[in-house]
Amino acid sequence: MKNIALGQYYPAESPIHRLDARIKVILAILYIVCTFLCKSALGFAVLAFSAILLILLSRVPIRTVFRAIRPLLFIMIFTAAFNLFLTKGDTAPLWAWQVTEKWTVQIFEAGIYSAVFMVVRIVVLILGTSIFLTYTTTPIALTDAIESLLSPLRVIHLPVHEFAMMMSIALRFIPTLMEETGKIMNAQKARGVDFSHGSLVKRAKALVPILIPLFVSSFRRADELATAMECRCYRGGKGRTKMRVPHLRFADFAAVVLMAGFGTGLVLLNYYGIGYRM
Amino acid sequence: MEEILIHTKDLCYSYEENDHKSPVLRGVSLDIRKGEYVAILGHNGSGKSTFAKLLNGILEPASGELTVAGIDLAAPELSDEDIFQLRRQVGMVFQNPDNQLVATIVEDDVAFGPENLGVPPAEIRSRVDEALATVGMSEYARHEPHRLSGGQKQRVAIAGLIAMRPSCMIFDESTAMLDPSGRREVIETFEKLNREQGITVLTITHYMNEAARADRVIVIDDGRVLADGTPHEIFADPGRLIVAGLDVPQCTSLIHALRGEGIALAGEPISPEECADLICRALEEKKNGNALA
Repeated sequence: MKNIALGQYYPAESPIHRLDARIKVILAILYIVCTFLCKSALGFAVLAFSAILLILLSRVPIRTVFRAIRPLLFIMIFTAAFNLFLTKGDTAPLWAWQVTEKWTVQIFEAGIYSAVFMVVRIVVLILGTSIFLTYTTTPIALTDAIESLLSPLRVIHLPVHEFAMMMSIALRFIPTLMEETGKIMNAQKARGVDFSHGSLVKRAKALVPILIPLFVSSFRRADELATAMECRCYRGGKGRTKMRVPHLRFADFAAVVLMAGFGTGLVLLNYYGIGYRM
Repeated sequence: MEEILIHTKDLCYSYEENDHKSPVLRGVSLDIRKGEYVAILGHNGSGKSTFAKLLNGILEPASGELTVAGIDLAAPELSDEDIFQLRRQVGMVFQNPDNQLVATIVEDDVAFGPENLGVPPAEIRSRVDEALATVGMSEYARHEPHRLSGGQKQRVAIAGLIAMRPSCMIFDESTAMLDPSGRREVIETFEKLNREQGITVLTITHYMNEAARADRVIVIDDGRVLADGTPHEIFADPGRLIVAGLDVPQCTSLIHALRGEGIALAGEPISPEECADLICRALEEKKNGNALA
């Protein structure tokens, strides 16, 4: 239980690791926009190439990166199948199967392209965001970045600092509460509660004696933590300084310019129309 | 005479539950000077924890005088700013090591206090490094708190206070949830702070051996000060401790048991080393005496 990693941060020294977390949030958003700018086969090829380049640049092992895709495999297959069978093209169908008199399954060239494009888009989307946000940025840096990026919203009285503090405390207590859940489960097992047999309803009911003690102890913890924080002179964001002051470096600006250039390039490729176009 | 840090006179406090008042402190009067190392001893429900919470402004006194670090906590017009000023002077380490660490990385947690005080970033950095070095946790600066042992977590909590530069630290049963080695780590850490940095240490405990190490022991029973003196004075009278529902240190009870058997032993040892010395000397004398006869 002590080895649960917070997030999927992969510690390494790479140009992407060194970028400012706020810049990485912006880059991730720009990259998502880029994936939707592609309209041609060449564009998608360039996009796929850029994703591979990002992985290599981040020094995160390819196998680790692709682990992020596995949970979404089903959605990808589903999307691909939908695009493959339901896209109607102008050309003659490549393959057709008359199931009943009124229902024919047809595959057009456009369907194949659109299925492939869709899969590439989803894969690049996940790879891009996980490279920028989860693999190369620690959860705490990400929380700080979000606080910093949302800070203009303080003008409309949004409690940005409190929101970030809540996020970081939640991150801090995930392992603690997981450990506690394990302990309570063992305690209840020792008293004969069966978690692994019986119908779904029965198993769900068996969770009640875990959740109640967990809730009670979480409230007690929250209370003690609040007292401890007050004793350490915490009084919200007012008059607070930060140990880590992020400094934007030249590389941060260069990265944003590069990403913007990449997006522009993708738009231009659409006009040149080399290869198939959506 | 050194400066008085904590002054109380006839301090009272009661918990209120459904209009029913249950008094916890019934008139505590004592003075603690700067730089003292004091153990507050008492069994469960004696009011020792309540006393600690009053010193830090977590609870407000019902009546009596209470002045800590020059701030009158019994004053009716006490402001939040006063409490803030008090807490930068008087830090507190709690019992559960998990429920007082805020950040996901050790050094960020140590930085939490100075950040709240509005210390400039560069100075926070140097204070954090210094505090972690003081408690011997420098190599864990980048670790996640949940991977540390209980004793290490408490040391991080102590570092978090050191970084705030307080003049007094209160340990509210901070060793109760730790294993023996963790307990030793924590005790050695605060003894070092007391010795080397002159920080006033108040440790609230029900472990006799822990109290025996302090310069001064205050026994609280049923909301009153039962005894106040050096460990030697306190443990010389085991009967009084037993009345307060407390044990005596093992070596003290051993010496008293030996005396009961008619063996002459002079002195009141409170540490195992002193006790062993005393018994050795007695044996030696007996051997010499036999040789002479």
